[in-house]
Amino acid sequence: MDGCTPIRAPILHPAGPVALAERDLLFTAVFIMLVVLIPVFVMTFLFAWRYRASGGKGRYTPNWFYSGKIDALIWLVPAAIVVILACLLWSETHRLDPYRQLNAGTRPLEVEAVAQDWKWLFIYPEHGIASVNELAFPAGRPLSLKITSDTVMNSFFIPALGGQIYAMAGMQTRLNLLADRSGCFRGRNMQYSGDGFPDQHFAARALSAEAFEDWVAKARKSPERLDATSYRALAAPSRDHPVSYYSGVAPRLFDSIIAKYAGQHPE
Amino acid sequence: MSIAGKDTAVLPEADVYEQRALGFWLYLMSDAIIFALLFATYLVMVGNTAGGPGGGDLFSLSHTFGETLLLLTSSLTFGLASVALDSGNRRQLLGWLAVTFALGLGFVAMELREFHGLIALGAGPERSGFLSAFFTLVGTHGLHVSAGLVFILVMMAQVAVKGLSRPVASRLERLGLFWHFLDIVWIGIFSAVYLPGILQ
Amino acid sequence: MEMRILGRLTAADALPLYSWVAIGGAVVTILGFLAIIGTITWLGKWRYVWTEWLTSLDHKRIGILYVMLALVMLLRGFVDAIMMRAQQAFALNSGGYLPPEHFDQIFSSHGTIMVFFMAMPFLTGLINIIVPQQIGARDVAFPFMNSVSLWLTAAGAGLVLISLVVGRFSTAGWTGYPPYSGAGYNPGVGVDYWIWAIQVSGIGSTLSGINFIVTILKRRAPGMKLMRMPLFCWTTLASSILMVFAFPALTVTTALLALDRIFDMHFFTNTDGGNLMNYINLFWIWGHPEVYILILPAFGIYSGVVSTFAAKRLFGYKSLVYATMAIALLSFTVWLHHFFTMGASAGVNAFFGVATMVIAVPTGVKVFDWLMTLFRGRITFHPSMLWTLGFIVTFTIGGMTGVLLALPPADYLMHNSTFLVAHFHNMLIPGALFGYLAGYMYWFPKAFGFTLDERWGKRAFWCWISGFYLAFMPLYMLGFMGMARRMERYDVAAWQPPLVIAALGAAVILAGIACLVIQLIASIRTRERRRDLTGDPWDGRTLEWLTASPPAPYNFAVLPQVRDIDALHEMKRRGAVYERPERYEDILLPRNTGAGVLIGGFAFVFGFSAVWHIWWAAAAALLALLAAAAARSFCDRTEFRLSASEIQQIEERRLRQLAGEEAL
Repeated sequence: MDGCTPIRAPILHPAGPVALAERDLLFTAVFIMLVVLIPVFVMTFLFAWRYRASGGKGRYTPNWFYSGKIDALIWLVPAAIVVILACLLWSETHRLDPYRQLNAGTRPLEVEAVAQDWKWLFIYPEHGIASVNELAFPAGRPLSLKITSDTVMNSFFIPALGGQIYAMAGMQTRLNLLADRSGCFRGRNMQYSGDGFPDQHFAARALSAEAFEDWVAKARKSPERLDATSYRALAAPSRDHPVSYYSGVAPRLFDSIIAKYAGQHPE
Repeated sequence: MSIAGKDTAVLPEADVYEQRALGFWLYLMSDAIIFALLFATYLVMVGNTAGGPGGGDLFSLSHTFGETLLLLTSSLTFGLASVALDSGNRRQLLGWLAVTFALGLGFVAMELREFHGLIALGAGPERSGFLSAFFTLVGTHGLHVSAGLVFILVMMAQVAVKGLSRPVASRLERLGLFWHFLDIVWIGIFSAVYLPGILQ
Repeated sequence: MEMRILGRLTAADALPLYSWVAIGGAVVTILGFLAIIGTITWLGKWRYVWTEWLTSLDHKRIGILYVMLALVMLLRGFVDAIMMRAQQAFALNSGGYLPPEHFDQIFSSHGTIMVFFMAMPFLTGLINIIVPQQIGARDVAFPFMNSVSLWLTAAGAGLVLISLVVGRFSTAGWTGYPPYSGAGYNPGVGVDYWIWAIQVSGIGSTLSGINFIVTILKRRAPGMKLMRMPLFCWTTLASSILMVFAFPALTVTTALLALDRIFDMHFFTNTDGGNLMNYINLFWIWGHPEVYILILPAFGIYSGVVSTFAAKRLFGYKSLVYATMAIALLSFTVWLHHFFTMGASAGVNAFFGVATMVIAVPTGVKVFDWLMTLFRGRITFHPSMLWTLGFIVTFTIGGMTGVLLALPPADYLMHNSTFLVAHFHNMLIPGALFGYLAGYMYWFPKAFGFTLDERWGKRAFWCWISGFYLAFMPLYMLGFMGMARRMERYDVAAWQPPLVIAALGAAVILAGIACLVIQLIASIRTRERRRDLTGDPWDGRTLEWLTASPPAPYNFAVLPQVRDIDALHEMKRRGAVYERPERYEDILLPRNTGAGVLIGGFAFVFGFSAVWHIWWAAAAALLALLAAAAARSFCDRTEFRLSASEIQQIEERRLRQLAGEEAL
């Protein structure tokens, strides 16, 4: 529908450094934990076989129920693994903080994303354009997203590029992503939000610099402009909203969407 | 294998009341968590006035002081009821319970008047997150006091009908715990809700 | 707005006419209800059911009713599960056979039922039947409150069930996140059914927790020091402490959501100063400890089963006790890991991530302690042992994926995906349900006096465990493929094959459930030759195997004297078991009362009326409930005296039975 052929398993085959680092952390942790897992599997099957009442070869010591050495071992080994994982966790959580700006030698592209029932609006303040259900950006240039919701809580996620973050009305969250090759990826809302939730996905297009310029030019040709009235029409619940473009956006629209909820009392 | 006393088929009566006391303490602790979370919610929402009035605009020191006085005095009179219970003086016990009831009723009446006044001002619980949290925290305490009033009435009836039997006395002890607990919660409300609001 | 006698209840809103499947569900529910009523009437057993069961304050009877409720709700919850699996197997580029508003109710009711009305009653029932016997007590501390807890839980379950017939259930998931669950986005009755069902049953759970704590701390037999208690008592104590301290958080969370919905307040709304993040925090302050409320009792069951069927004393008893208490304590420090993706600072996320991983240490210790108990044991493969072995292997995998999710950057990828769904099912099916089923097959003879068929038990186990792997390993994979949870349909063709495998897995689990049903029926039909005449069919080690099967109402005619861990095993070694005491004494036992049923009934009417805004009825039910409680407090004759001579008769019969058994 969005013209994307999604990657089969985007988490396992990421297309950017953030998702790659997150995936590698996952793999590293699995390998470290195998130190505990493999003994558990081996011991379960071995003991069940060796000490079976019906002809097992193992010794039977009904009154043996404690060994200080084994007790120490079964506390210390898991504890040691957790200490190692905790160190890894601490540094990686700070390094992969979604709020942290990525450094790729170029200025990041700022995009404002708004979750609506049941679609995504992307505002490009640098270019004064906006798009619905399509997020285009240059590959190799960091993408810095400001995210909010104009409805219930959503969660913004492009699996191939990096982890998700909630979109909440009256609040702004941030996400920094980078695609290191061009391609079309699937993005979606991960937080169930009602009947239209299954269709609430969008195309995330990482384009070459020229292709991105072309894309911006195409959006600029759109007859539609996003002002207060057309915004209200767009924000009304709709399913399977087609990809569409706006050649102009009312100033500070994103901030006004947040301000609508942030502690104001509607008249 | 039997040891005299330990094997008796019937639990010693004292144990039964000890168990009930422990059970009631556990209930009070879980109730304390309800209040703790309502306090936390209030503190989270105290600034969320949504352009409406805040605590400084709404709270009256003299009114709150009056409520506090009624409730603290009722704790004192309940203490006197407990003394009467210990000395087995039924008339005095009923008398002090009645005074406690009257003071508690006065407290609830004052709280209702305050709520009524706020709602008349357009500062009802639906006005803002802050007011929702305020009405809920204070109202939950008020509901507890009202439940305590019903509890007092039931116990007065039991004292009148059954006399100072052991089960009745143990229930009165638990009612006392409940009543003093509500006092402590009110002191929390006074210091975390009204005082900062007024000093704003 | 005109005042209406029946609130917002109208035939048009109430009847489930929105889909044929929903109508079918309603019909099945009504027929099931009528079948139960009809059977009891046809057998003429109403008096028996009322006097012996519904009004009973005997902890064993109450426990059995809890387990029956749990098994019925397990069926209902599983029907939801297999409907979801079937829907997702078909719904590629199509609507499948369920419309979204129906699918969304199903995933909401599945979670709600399995957590609140299957797992909670199952563990509460097993605790009720067994813990008093294990500590050498004659009943729980507060038998009447026990009955009230049961009927409040049943009232909550009744509200979920009736939502299938009158109105709709919530579509907001079992977690009910606002603002979606608020009146603005969800004005119907569904969320209200969810709120009042868990509110009513949650109060029952808090009361159960209080009851079990006092029972364990104050009702132990002479010599039963805390550090001599069977592990199941320890894990029950830990779980009960969590119930008392965590359930108030659920009460507050759902009450505030109800205030938002009914009185237009602004705790969690988008507008007017509401704060949805506060809901999510409050919910998980209850929700994370709840995971351990469900799992810890199962850990206790596994400990008993391992020791009994390895015929060996539990390895590292003290380690297991400390690990249990450590888990209970730590469970309050990790709630934020349910929402690492909310945008908290890296420091906060890292702190809660590390705290979460720390829980893996005591959990790992437990796994190794069970393994070391198997080491140099003599293992009998009773079905309960199979559930335990299956648990050790499978739960360890779930533990690993749990540690992965505790790494915030990895969680950013896996949160809200089917990987998460696979993870928590991987914890709760082996970690809790397998344990309950192990306990069910282990203790069934204690409750009913005859054993369950082992062959069908083993078949059930193999179906469940293979079905589990078939159903949930594909969901892990789908998480890597970026599939969100709770999708009614999808347009990614690559997702379909794993979803079809998952649906087959659900079908295999269905076969496992069929085995459980057949096992029960077959065992009842052949009960005469499966009689447990000794009260100790597995050469048990703990005190519940000292009583008769089923136990006399008082459990122990003479309270046992405990000298060691594995008290019964120690008595057997000493040759001091089944001794005839010098004399018997009268025993006071709780007298039956219908007040518990009445209070539960009023709670149900209150809940139903609150859902439909029938405020006069809600107020009347609440007043009636208070009046019933107050009236009960006037009743001082709450116990009856079983005379020493009656007890002597019962005990002599048992001793003769034991002697006959030994002569064989």
